[in-house]
Amino acid sequence: MSKAKHSSSGLTVIRPGVQSSLQDLGRFGVASQGLSQGGAMDLHAHCWANKILENSVNCPTLEIVIGLAEFKAESDLQLALAGAEMQAHIDGEAVGNWFSFSLLQGQTLTLKAAISGMRSYLAVSGGFQIEPILGSVSTVVRNQLGGLDGDMLQTDDFLPTKPHVSYAASLRSYVPRSFLPEYSDTMTLRVIESYQSTDFSPQELKKFYQSEYILTQDCDRMGARLTGEPINAPTGLISEGIALGAIQVPVDGQPIILLNDRQTLGGYPKIGCVARVDLPKLAQARPGTRIGFTPVVLVKARDEWQEFSRYFGSSLK
Amino acid sequence: MKNGSLRLAQVSETSMMLYLTNVIDISLAPIIGRITQRIKKECADILELTPSYTSILIETNPLAVELEKLEGGIMSIAQEEITRSLENENPQSGKLIELPVYYHRDVGPDIDSVAEKSGLLVEELISIHSGRDYTVCAIGFAPGFAFLAEVDERINHPRHKRPRAIVPGGSVGIAEKQTAVYPSETPGGWQIIGNCPIPLYHPNKKQLSPFEIGDQVRFVPTDRKTYIQLGGHV
Repeated sequence: MSKAKHSSSGLTVIRPGVQSSLQDLGRFGVASQGLSQGGAMDLHAHCWANKILENSVNCPTLEIVIGLAEFKAESDLQLALAGAEMQAHIDGEAVGNWFSFSLLQGQTLTLKAAISGMRSYLAVSGGFQIEPILGSVSTVVRNQLGGLDGDMLQTDDFLPTKPHVSYAASLRSYVPRSFLPEYSDTMTLRVIESYQSTDFSPQELKKFYQSEYILTQDCDRMGARLTGEPINAPTGLISEGIALGAIQVPVDGQPIILLNDRQTLGGYPKIGCVARVDLPKLAQARPGTRIGFTPVVLVKARDEWQEFSRYFGSSLK
Repeated sequence: MKNGSLRLAQVSETSMMLYLTNVIDISLAPIIGRITQRIKKECADILELTPSYTSILIETNPLAVELEKLEGGIMSIAQEEITRSLENENPQSGKLIELPVYYHRDVGPDIDSVAEKSGLLVEELISIHSGRDYTVCAIGFAPGFAFLAEVDERINHPRHKRPRAIVPGGSVGIAEKQTAVYPSETPGGWQIIGNCPIPLYHPNKKQLSPFEIGDQVRFVPTDRKTYIQLGGHV
């Protein structure tokens, strides 16, 4: 299906970019089978791209990593981009980031390499019309699930959309300035202490909070590996379920933050979890970013996450 | 198991961990399987459940309003199932799954060395490995990968120090007290002694894999001809 040429509404992939995949809020109810949750890494940008088109936030968007991608409209489309700045343009004309815009039949949308951030989200009015698998369109390549044939986007893939009928949706809209994040090469991530945090010695925890870690090249949808002051971790843990954002410390003492495509079970000790509302900025961090940690109380982190969930008008997952 | 070690701990804004005990005990698997199924069926606002050897990770809807009631519900389900298992001398286990295995060096590159290190003939190794039923204690690592326990002490062997870059799908391996079938090709370090020709991961089907925690698995030795008829490759 994915490779066929269509005369119907949609977007043809001319260049898929470094790594682009269809994502929604993720796949739930499958962890007991060993399947990863998947889902948009930067939920803030994913939700805004949908919201400015008046889509439900569970509509799939295209998560475009680093950029260098090109798409051709097979019909008149209303699109929106949010997240990393990839200097998008249509046939030479610049397109604003965090804006909705029209891409008319035959026109080409081109994204350059990201100049800030890592991931851009491309949404279409009404959402890409992809058959969900196990309740989600999210692509998890290691599980061969979601997207088109369980894989990253390929050249000549066709992404079907709803026929563009709504004139109202073609009004240009944008994300208010006060909601725009600033991507930075230093950041502090707040940690909900949990799991084995009390099994780490107070000295080791102090070292963890006082040190600055560097995000390595080894950061992907599974996890973000950091390098810096090694932390002595307790041993002898029985494998257990890993929550999104869990900070695990393997034998070499270098922390790894486990993200959307993480494996379901793990036996390394964990200090706690990064606050959910802080994960979008980690999703936009480039290798070399300096990362510090500070504890946050559960109730505060939960209030912020609930506020985010309520704002986007859906029970976010 | 003792009842006193049961506890519920919050691990993130929307996740909590139900710990049943601190030690691996295969008799726990059916209890954990039943608690997982009951939470899924009886509790509101549950998004995801990740059972493991001694614990269940429970993810809830961020806008769940009655968290205390939910926590109370989870704890009473766990208490009930533990009490029931203590009262019942012949605890009910999960379903029995029979899997054909072709035990041979052509598909089990470690079968000779495992037999030799155990001081056994290959035939003896096969009859020991296939001579008991195993319990599904956890599912993870890869989709449909079921950790099965407990392997007879005579054939316990540690993982390879360096994992193989490719272990073919269907490979049957041993790692200390555990055994498993690799559902699909992946890197892996287990001692491979045979191959199961039955596909165990179906990404496009409703029933992704046959295993649930607490199920019993029996390996049935098969000859080369049957193995190939069932779809196996040499």
